[in-house]
Amino acid sequence: MALEAAQLPIPELNRLARDIRARIIKTSHLTQTPHLGSCLSCVDILVSAYFHSLRLDSVNPRASGRDRFILSKGHAAPALFQVLALRGFYPATRLDDYGQDGSVFAEHPPTPDHLPGLEAAAGSLGHGLPMGVGMALAARIQGQAYKVVALCGDGECNEGSVWEAAMLAAAQKLERLCVVIDVNRWQAAGRSAEVSGAEPLTDKWRAFGWSVHEVNGHDIAALARVFSAVPDGSGKPVAIVANTVKGQGVSFMEDDNNWHDRIPNAQELAHALRELEVAS
Amino acid sequence: MRHVFADQITTLAGHDERIVLLSGDIGNPLFDRFKERFPKRFYNCGAAEQNMIGVAAGLALSGLRPVVYTHTPFTTTRCYEQIRVDLCYHRAPVVVVGTGAGLSHAELGPTHHALEDLAIMRVLPDMTVLAPCDEAELRAALTCALRLHGPAYIRIGKQGEPRVHVELSNFSIGHAITLTRGHDICLVATGTIVATANVAAEILRKRGFSVGVVSMPTIKPLDTGCLSELFAGYRIVATLEEHSRIGGLGSAVAEWRVEAPDGDAQHVMFGADDRFLHEIGSQDYARRVSGLAVESIVLGCSARLGALIEI
Repeated sequence: MALEAAQLPIPELNRLARDIRARIIKTSHLTQTPHLGSCLSCVDILVSAYFHSLRLDSVNPRASGRDRFILSKGHAAPALFQVLALRGFYPATRLDDYGQDGSVFAEHPPTPDHLPGLEAAAGSLGHGLPMGVGMALAARIQGQAYKVVALCGDGECNEGSVWEAAMLAAAQKLERLCVVIDVNRWQAAGRSAEVSGAEPLTDKWRAFGWSVHEVNGHDIAALARVFSAVPDGSGKPVAIVANTVKGQGVSFMEDDNNWHDRIPNAQELAHALRELEVAS
Repeated sequence: MRHVFADQITTLAGHDERIVLLSGDIGNPLFDRFKERFPKRFYNCGAAEQNMIGVAAGLALSGLRPVVYTHTPFTTTRCYEQIRVDLCYHRAPVVVVGTGAGLSHAELGPTHHALEDLAIMRVLPDMTVLAPCDEAELRAALTCALRLHGPAYIRIGKQGEPRVHVELSNFSIGHAITLTRGHDICLVATGTIVATANVAAEILRKRGFSVGVVSMPTIKPLDTGCLSELFAGYRIVATLEEHSRIGGLGSAVAEWRVEAPDGDAQHVMFGADDRFLHEIGSQDYARRVSGLAVESIVLGCSARLGALIEI
């Protein structure tokens, strides 16, 4: 298969997003893996990037002109692992050893040497965007036209390195670099706005020299449109401020920060799958 | 040394178009020639060292060979987690250069002293740690580090360091360089203080001791083959470094000795005390109060040797 964007139709993307949410919750239950809330808030972002907009080649994951996606909020790895499997980077059966001794599927993404489809390991916050700046700079130095997308959490914006990267990217006018902020308004131990004064995030990114697009982070069609519009003609790096709901898709998980760490029991799993209209 | 670094990186960049130089807001006008020749391959990343290391990792993972340059504390302790995660965990081929290492910037105060860098770099998996003693070793170390498949750290001095090698043809990473041979005491030194070891050795010889000097430009991987020979062939092996006695060359040798107690020589460690230097002064002054001046080394070695020979 050549380097190409999947560009699946929107109804198909919405169906996929439901399926992936169900897989994430099942895996969490089976393997006792936390961070469900953080995973569910960014599923639609991942689906629109991987199954619509990004030019990728699952057969040749390191094809030189590929678009790059970095999951900087690494604790959402359980979502990314499902996405990469369904995008064809490895068989979904490989996820069967999730959480087992010796598995590569940790709670955070391993390095690209250990799992195809990844561009960078993550787990410590504030690392993905600086690395993305390096990748975007490399594209310019090497005369390549690929895009680089880094997905950060709003809590992650506590990290100073995010803003160091933002300023260098603006100075270098890295117009093919895109940061997506998954604004689910929670971080591990509290309301983001109460923990740190990062709001208003759109104004902040604009003030840091970025072209800002605010979208509903669960509107796959809108996300796909913004991704496909990078670079957007402004000559600036692009920040997508995606307003999301932590735990999106399952009524009793939505906007309840206990699901940052909680693992669903059998009843909760069945309930969640019913809501997602997926057979258990 | 920094001028030699600038000259050598410019030469190497002329041969390898993958080389990209990142500076943490220093190097003006040091890198003017580099910038002039390779304008697309020089980036002043500003006073934002955590980001600079991440950027270097991104460049390296995209097939380039970045070299990161700034003052030692800011290219090591300031961005340590980025070095650990972005460079070492990813085995990203990035060369991190710390300029003004040790007490080179004694006059700038403890924020600019660098007496812990070897310790914290050495403990990182997949990291190569280099401390060249003069411009010849620096040119060779930089050339070799850029051929590695993973990250490397090079600590360098400031300027005006004396030449140790008249010529250097046998440099390779992981190998010590024997400067002189003897059988009583061997001074094994790393970095710019090798020149001091040579002066101390000369004085000790005049006092009738047979003294060898070895330059150890690679701290990791340690040249254990050379160390085995030294501990078998001398009465005393003295390690000497412009670095804390905790964690640097001396510690590396001591750790190795625990596992491989080859030879009967005693190990003596010369290095800086475990404290901040609140007294400001020249590099010579700072070395003196840290027990790293020629007199301290001669005194320390003579006392140990005298005691041994009396026995």
